[in-house]
Amino acid sequence: MREESEVDDPDVLLRVAGVVKHFPIRQGIVVKHQIGSVRAVDGVSLEVRRGETLGIVGETGCGKSTLARCMTRLHPLTAGTVTFDGQDITNLTRRRLRPVRREIQMIFQDPYGSLNPRRRVGSIIGDPFAIHGLADGLERKRRVQELMELVGLNPEHYNRFPAEFSGGQRQRIGVARALALRPKLIVCDEPVSALDVSIQAQIINLLAGLQGEFGLTYVFIAHDLSVVEHVSDRVAVMYLGKVVELADAAGLYGHPRHPYSAALLSAASVPDPDLADRRERIILTGDVPSPVDPPAGCRFHPRCPKARDRCAAEEPGLVVRAADPPAHLTACHFPVEAGENLARA
Amino acid sequence: MSTTDRRPALAVGTEEPGQPVEGRSPWRLAWDRLRHDRVAVVCAVFIGLLVLVAVLAEPISMLVGYGPTQQDRTGGITTDGLPTPPSPHHLLGTDNLGRDILVRIVYGSQVSLLVGVGAAVAAVVIGVVVGLCAGYLGPAVDTVLARLMDVVLSFPFLLFAIALVTVAGPSELIEIAVIAFFSWAAVGRIVRGQTLAIREKEYVEAARSLGAGDVRIMFVDVLPNLVAPVIVYTTLLIPVSIVFEATLSYLGVGIIPPTPSWGNMISDSQNFYQVAWWFLVFPGLALVLTTLAFNLLGDSVRDALDPRTEFRGR
Repeated sequence: MREESEVDDPDVLLRVAGVVKHFPIRQGIVVKHQIGSVRAVDGVSLEVRRGETLGIVGETGCGKSTLARCMTRLHPLTAGTVTFDGQDITNLTRRRLRPVRREIQMIFQDPYGSLNPRRRVGSIIGDPFAIHGLADGLERKRRVQELMELVGLNPEHYNRFPAEFSGGQRQRIGVARALALRPKLIVCDEPVSALDVSIQAQIINLLAGLQGEFGLTYVFIAHDLSVVEHVSDRVAVMYLGKVVELADAAGLYGHPRHPYSAALLSAASVPDPDLADRRERIILTGDVPSPVDPPAGCRFHPRCPKARDRCAAEEPGLVVRAADPPAHLTACHFPVEAGENLARA
Repeated sequence: MSTTDRRPALAVGTEEPGQPVEGRSPWRLAWDRLRHDRVAVVCAVFIGLLVLVAVLAEPISMLVGYGPTQQDRTGGITTDGLPTPPSPHHLLGTDNLGRDILVRIVYGSQVSLLVGVGAAVAAVVIGVVVGLCAGYLGPAVDTVLARLMDVVLSFPFLLFAIALVTVAGPSELIEIAVIAFFSWAAVGRIVRGQTLAIREKEYVEAARSLGAGDVRIMFVDVLPNLVAPVIVYTTLLIPVSIVFEATLSYLGVGIIPPTPSWGNMISDSQNFYQVAWWFLVFPGLALVLTTLAFNLLGDSVRDALDPRTEFRGR
């Protein structure tokens, strides 16, 4: 059975539409009353196509991880819908959600926090089989060891505890667990930011290899732009709970249209020191405003070098601007033009 | 933490031949620490002997030649009707009715261990389940259960215990129930606090994203992380329960005479200790040593399970 939706494109695996997630701030000792809310995600619409990798970048606190948890239904939404494989999963009960959980898996940021320190690795990787009642005893052990081999772990370490592995190996355990049920979509929430740079590459290559082998679709969240550029087909840039720019990786990195994307890219490290010296960085003034009380109009306007009166009054929509290709969406009234130098603006 | 990302393919071959680097589980480490703690070993041996004595109470009494309620009218009581001091006949003397104190202490250990351990285990089981539910199942359940624990903890327990036993009629089972009823809330609070912290861990979120249900997460993911504090609390709750049992028996609402328990023996000795010190000292010593052994063992277990403790063993 398929739910009705405006555009039922079979190519779209996951669609989030107008997703809002507010965390209430409560006060009071006995009778609690709400005095405000943290607008972690405030109206995000995205599509993830089958087989692609959608990168999501942004600073700490911009709502990337919250969005990921909304996509996987770990958080209930304040508003909006999540459609997976043609099925609206926004309000599914826990029981109806169980089969969907098999299709959507998550890889977490912290390879230390995401593995239960008191359980053996074999039991952790075998968890998906146990929860969904798919394999028992020797069969489960065999499949767990297959998975361990697949992600480059020694299957003989089946009985070890997470503390006996290094950060990179632990993240491989996380990958094996996510892969166990052969999901369609894996949401990677900063899967490499807690790892050494040399090990980051190993994990990224592992993920890329598995994508090819199993036809996986990834949502890849990171704050490291170069990592996202390397793995992503399309990239969404988030700022204060909103997507400010969405484009294919080459388009975004080649010619960012939103001033925030431009500033973010100019801050990314470049491996070539000569190039790094010649390049001018766009220094933003001020701090990221509080998501409890975001600025009116364009959320970026208090820090934007190009801000004008209109930016404070009117919120820009995420649409194709001027001569951009149809897949390049920007939420800005005055997007950055080719050759424009924001650093001196 | 760990430093290098060993290539998995090499991991087996690179270990030194003949002396494989064996990974030790957290439990194994704690066990090794405990084994090398002299105080813990002495206490464990004492407790082991006590259990043996309790189990072998009947053979021991046959060996001594007197039953626990048997009155030795010839050699166990003076002509003035007073207890006789320790002698080859009665190694620890007799009480005011001419009963052998050694045999009575041996039988009393059955009561103390049964009620003490039984009540502690019952309290821990209730406390863990209630604490897990309060901590994991969200604010509504938490409010109800946390208030319930507050209410139980605010009871003047001795008063209520006496009243309850009086109403229900004294028996070992009632005694266990009463002691457990007044002990579980403290365990529940500790477990609740820990659960509140653990439920925010990423591995709990990972389990939820895999589709695990609440019960599974509570018992498979949260509980193993609570085992250490629960074990420590259980070993410390046992001596408390033993003393509690002795108190109830002393007050005459626990074990009914003539069945011996350390509490009612101490109570009986009250009018005689000035002329018969052995009547008070030996049951008291049994109680003190047992409590001390459990308490010291509990402390050692806590040290052993604490990952910050340095391993000083060989």
